[in-house]
Amino acid sequence: MERILEQIPRFFTADNMALLLQSAGLTLAMTVAGCVIGFGLAFVLVYLRQTPGRWALPLRVICVAYVEVFRRIPFIVVIYLVLFFIQTVASNASLFTIAVISICIYAIAYTAEIIRGGLESVPLTQMEAARAMNFGRLRTLVTITLPQAWPVILPPAIAFAVSFIKDTALVSQIGVFELTFRGKELNNQGYSGILVFGTIAMCYFLMSFPLSMLGQYLEKRLATPRSEQSARKIRRT
Amino acid sequence: MNYNFQYGVVWDNFGALMEGAWLTFQLGVFAFAGGILIGLLCASIKTYGPWPLRLLVDTYVVFITNTPALIQIYFLYFGLPELGVRWSNEACVLIGLVLNAGAYLTMILRAGFLSVRKNELEAGLTLGFSVVQQIRYIIVPHIAKAVYPALANFFIVVLVMGTSVGALIGVDELTGQAINLSSINYRWLEYFSVVAVIYVVLTFVASVGLALLGRWAFRVRVRIF
Amino acid sequence: MPHLAVNNLRAKYGALEVLKGVSFSIEKGQVVALVGPSGSGKSTVLRTLVGLTPVTGGNVTIHDDKIDYASSGSLRRARDQMAIVFQQYNLFQNMRIIDNVTVAPVKIKKRPKDEARADAERLLAMVGLADKLNAFPDQLSGGQQQRVAIARALALHPEILLLDEVTSALDPELVNEVLDSIRQLAKDGMTMILVSHEMAFVREVADKVVFMDGGSVVEEGLPEVLFDAPKTDRAREFFGKILRH
Repeated sequence: MERILEQIPRFFTADNMALLLQSAGLTLAMTVAGCVIGFGLAFVLVYLRQTPGRWALPLRVICVAYVEVFRRIPFIVVIYLVLFFIQTVASNASLFTIAVISICIYAIAYTAEIIRGGLESVPLTQMEAARAMNFGRLRTLVTITLPQAWPVILPPAIAFAVSFIKDTALVSQIGVFELTFRGKELNNQGYSGILVFGTIAMCYFLMSFPLSMLGQYLEKRLATPRSEQSARKIRRT
Repeated sequence: MNYNFQYGVVWDNFGALMEGAWLTFQLGVFAFAGGILIGLLCASIKTYGPWPLRLLVDTYVVFITNTPALIQIYFLYFGLPELGVRWSNEACVLIGLVLNAGAYLTMILRAGFLSVRKNELEAGLTLGFSVVQQIRYIIVPHIAKAVYPALANFFIVVLVMGTSVGALIGVDELTGQAINLSSINYRWLEYFSVVAVIYVVLTFVASVGLALLGRWAFRVRVRIF
Repeated sequence: MPHLAVNNLRAKYGALEVLKGVSFSIEKGQVVALVGPSGSGKSTVLRTLVGLTPVTGGNVTIHDDKIDYASSGSLRRARDQMAIVFQQYNLFQNMRIIDNVTVAPVKIKKRPKDEARADAERLLAMVGLADKLNAFPDQLSGGQQQRVAIARALALHPEILLLDEVTSALDPELVNEVLDSIRQLAKDGMTMILVSHEMAFVREVADKVVFMDGGSVVEEGLPEVLFDAPKTDRAREFFGKILRH
């Protein structure tokens, strides 16, 4: 206990804090890049999964299998597979790239289910009306279905990304200088584990908690039907 | 890509991988079971307890669910020895996972508690049920039915995401075994692809088992896919 | 040569055969009403015409030109000539009224934006909604939404308008405003196929009534003849029950 107290002034130096801040930035950057790209690709996956016709059956099976398989493999195993696969194909890829690709692969599997659920929440009759007016599949998705599905898709998608901030801790294992890696480094330098990992935990908390609150707020806002929103606006003015 | 996949060495050590899978399964089950106990206790406190205890539970849930399980386990493994508490790496992983799962299960079970509507209880009272009978025949089946799908889903999360964290402090569960074995002979891709398949099979068996259990015990339909 | 002819049309929902060979035709400028008990397949006929329910047999011709529902080009041409108004209006909930009416003309028919907008404003004025251009569908009453749906269909300048029980989801006091719009269209010489339970209205606007039951046509003829002196027992029973109310 005295050891911890004695270390506090040496630990909370400007240099150490700058390092932590930098690592926290890297953690966030990885999460955002991986989840945003993954989210975009998940749309492609969902779109391909909904391809009609008998000839597209193998395509649909692959899409379903992708989602099912990657939701059943630990993130750390995905990281290792990506790491060694990329290294055999392109040996000069940066660890950051490898981390982002791993996050991406995982995010596709999870957000694809969120997107599919959102799209299915839009009444079929909306799509029928569009089809009867000669809308194509892609145009129906972009102009009719998606705008109505956003309120259902966004809150859980944001919740997934926020919760993935924590899961990125695992990429410390391959040596990306993110928060957890920095923590282990400081611990190896002789700083108390309680002090270091307590501080690192605080850093994650400070990123995760406000963002999850924001997500919940957004969920409430988006869940309000338009008629009530405008009514509220009128009352306010 | 001119990489020669050589799976021979993986088959030679398949037994070690299966031992790892067995440990993964045990860790998953015990972590989940421990988490359920904490979850039941905390969810009851949140629903019926006095405010200081409720605040304590809230703090616990908020802190655990907003920090990585890995950091929680590191805290136990690297931090606690400084206070004279020394646990084995398996114990650290298991205790860490129990504490972690407990927080998430508190949220899941709490939602189940809240789903019991007042009028159902009143219906039970008018039928002349005693309190124990009410709990036995109305409340428990209702909550079980409401939360079972979420619980089944979370078990898979613990089994996959949870237990694999142990590999990072040298626990020889499935992922840990893969790391150990592949660092001996560098067949990383081979080992990890086989391990991925084992995880898929393991969780698939677990999903089917949970779906059958749910149908048999609570008459709940749980999707396997 | 009829404008549109339906010959021995068959359709299935899963294993259930909902249309067991339906035939009728409509001349240019005519109004044909499909009537019959619920589940008789009237609405399915309209859905099949625009390719929302797959055809399993028979055929449909427009100006003697057979529609091939398996070919996307042929289906697109058919949908170009017909517009459908649904029982539940099915307005696009994410779009303002004006956009609901202009989206298809602009994006699908590639008409200039301001021309489509002027057309939409004219049509919305015609159905009495000139002041609702910027409202969202969920801010309108059912009757208003249905009139928008009619304007939206007309903005496609269809040769044939299909109306699927357009008043049955509406409160009684809102029915008339929608019927007025349809009356006006009939007067203007619009070719229409309508499915309806409003027998008085059918009698007033229809040139021909097709009575369906159990997925096939039982009897067809002029409204006066079918309503007052049906030849078949089934029609006599149905109209007897309805008109007594």
